[in-house]
Amino acid sequence: MKYFLTLASITLLGISSLFAQDGRKIPMVEIKNIDGSTFNTADIKNDGPIIISFWATWCSPCKRELNTIAEDFIDWQDDTGVKLVAISIDDARNMHKVKPYIDGQAWEYDVYLDPNADFKRAMNVNNVPHTFLVDNDGNIVWQHNSYQPGDEEELYDLVVRLAAGESID
Amino acid sequence: MFNKLLKGFVLTTFIFSGQLHAQEGGGILDGAQIHGNFDLYAQQYNRDSIIGAPIVPEKSGINAFTNLIVTKGKFSAGTRLESYMPPVQGFDPRFGEQPIGIPFRYASFDDEGLSITVGNFYEQFGNGLILRAYEERGLGIDNAFDGLRVKYTPFRGLHLKGLIGNQRYYWQKSDGIVRAFDTEVQFNEMFSAMESSALRFTIGGSFVSKFQQAGNSSLRLPENVAGGAGRFQLNYKNFGFMGEYAFIANDPTRDNKYIYRNGQGIFLSATYSRKGFGINVSAKSIDNMEFRSDREAGFNDLFINYLPALTRQHTYNLSATLYPYATQPNGEIGLQGDLIYTIPRGSAIGGKYGTTIQINVALVNSMERSYYAHPNADTAIALLEQQTYLPEDPKRLGYKTDLLAWGDEVYYRDYNIEIDRKFTKNFKLKGSYIYQNYNIELIQFKVSPNVEAHIGVLEGLHKLSRKHSIRWEAQALWTEQDQGDWVFGLIEYGYSPHWIVTVLNQYNYGNKVKDLRVNYPTAQVTYVWRAHRLSIGYGRQRAGIFCVGGVCRNVPAANGLTLAITSSF
Repeated sequence: MKYFLTLASITLLGISSLFAQDGRKIPMVEIKNIDGSTFNTADIKNDGPIIISFWATWCSPCKRELNTIAEDFIDWQDDTGVKLVAISIDDARNMHKVKPYIDGQAWEYDVYLDPNADFKRAMNVNNVPHTFLVDNDGNIVWQHNSYQPGDEEELYDLVVRLAAGESID
Repeated sequence: MFNKLLKGFVLTTFIFSGQLHAQEGGGILDGAQIHGNFDLYAQQYNRDSIIGAPIVPEKSGINAFTNLIVTKGKFSAGTRLESYMPPVQGFDPRFGEQPIGIPFRYASFDDEGLSITVGNFYEQFGNGLILRAYEERGLGIDNAFDGLRVKYTPFRGLHLKGLIGNQRYYWQKSDGIVRAFDTEVQFNEMFSAMESSALRFTIGGSFVSKFQQAGNSSLRLPENVAGGAGRFQLNYKNFGFMGEYAFIANDPTRDNKYIYRNGQGIFLSATYSRKGFGINVSAKSIDNMEFRSDREAGFNDLFINYLPALTRQHTYNLSATLYPYATQPNGEIGLQGDLIYTIPRGSAIGGKYGTTIQINVALVNSMERSYYAHPNADTAIALLEQQTYLPEDPKRLGYKTDLLAWGDEVYYRDYNIEIDRKFTKNFKLKGSYIYQNYNIELIQFKVSPNVEAHIGVLEGLHKLSRKHSIRWEAQALWTEQDQGDWVFGLIEYGYSPHWIVTVLNQYNYGNKVKDLRVNYPTAQVTYVWRAHRLSIGYGRQRAGIFCVGGVCRNVPAANGLTLAITSSF
């Protein structure tokens, strides 16, 4: 019974979370540039929508998502001015393979390293892939966990609406 | 007791959120934002002796985590509620000592150039060879510090960090105190003349000291143990080089049979890449590098440092969970090469959409050692274990070796190739071949010669329409050792953006014991709505090893219902 009550409370807490507010700013966390220098996430800026995507070299759905978007990304940029910030959560085991990987795949993204998951925690990401949409004023307006083919089309529709200055709620 | 705790937690949350919605009120939390996440994994257990599923008297296990962070301007505070009722099989039963509690809470102030954290925090210096506190929930690892940390950038390009604290030990804290300092100089930031230079250069150095009372050992144990590390990273146009060297002064522990030998380790990596091509070569050698805040600790407990495995982190079931390599912090030498090449689209071989090839080679061996106490290593180790005075080894240094002493014993080999090709707008195929040579006696304590496994994988992805897709995997593993041959098949149907249905089976058809030629069918349904995900599965789970970053956890066999919920808000 004790367990049941606790579980019920936790579930309630989980459900209440569905009604939590969006629209917060990107938190200020120090992560790494690909060359090893420090990058402050408060400096993620763009004159248009921003996609922030958490990924890792060992995460197949993450790579599927980012490679699928990469095929059309030039059109996305031309049409909406969107910028994609890919945050690799690879730790010391794989973080030195990130640059060869992104060059090998010819991604046109801004890629940063978060090897101890500091930014991942500040953004409340449980697991990758996890994608955020940020509006022109720097507010986080939408987020999505996991990836399956077709999700990129929903994401693009939202980017188009944001670029047009519409609210996406 | 825990009901009180929970009430407190829920109440605090609601007071916080109440404050937030009461925008007109004059509360200190006006304008503050509350956000967090929730993660639950539950398993129900049926009896299934044929697959070796342990009998679980409670018939179920639940691990649940709720993080809440409140931010207002430069201030933030957070808590994590964890519950284990009881822990899911395969997680350390010590998590069950307390069914629910708040093992993580902090308050912090962050401004441009200054950050102060009181309470719990995670940290990593360089690659982590001398210090890394991190959380890997899937492995049950959380060696967070509880104490104080300050990060300070007095001027551009100079980054300083200092910390003091005890580490988390399940529901308790480590006996030992850790004090650490790190400094990093980024030349391109520091000197404006170098700001846009093609040469990017960073150096760093760390000092770590731990204190633990000696207790009543028959040996004279050092109460203060120091360690340090130095590192550099240099990038020039398409080239990159990185190196880190770490050192631990005499640190007799249960791991190393209480020898007073210094520990050392080195990690080097070189990279070249341009559009469509990338290569990385890395090397690592470590000796006596188990650095923990309690000299008696074992398993994955209370590590201060982190030693990454220099092998590919596999993702397919049969290549990832049967014979995955785990770092041997006591001593190992390894080399790895990783290459990626995209054959351009439109070329004869590349096809209309291009083809990507990835090749990875990893070798890990023992370190050559000669023991002082006895020419035979096993005998010498047995002598050291007695913790008595050894005339042949009066200083208790254990053995002689150096970082280039490549030993004869094969710990791991992994040669693999992956080819990824998009054939049409709606069809992609990926093929892999993997050879693994795995020291199962060292890593899984099974008495057996090294396992030599050949693994083949084919994966297809068909996009049926804008929202509908089918993905399938066919895998096979062939080996003469251990459990023999396996096949694995998976079909996944996706209906974007909400539904995923997965059916999979694996079959140990080549097991030498006829009765153990068992099928492991599983079905799973997942529903996703934005950052919220719910998945329910039913079936058999094969015993295996789940690893992240070269640190592993045993997952026992199971049969039953699983439930997973994750949510971010």
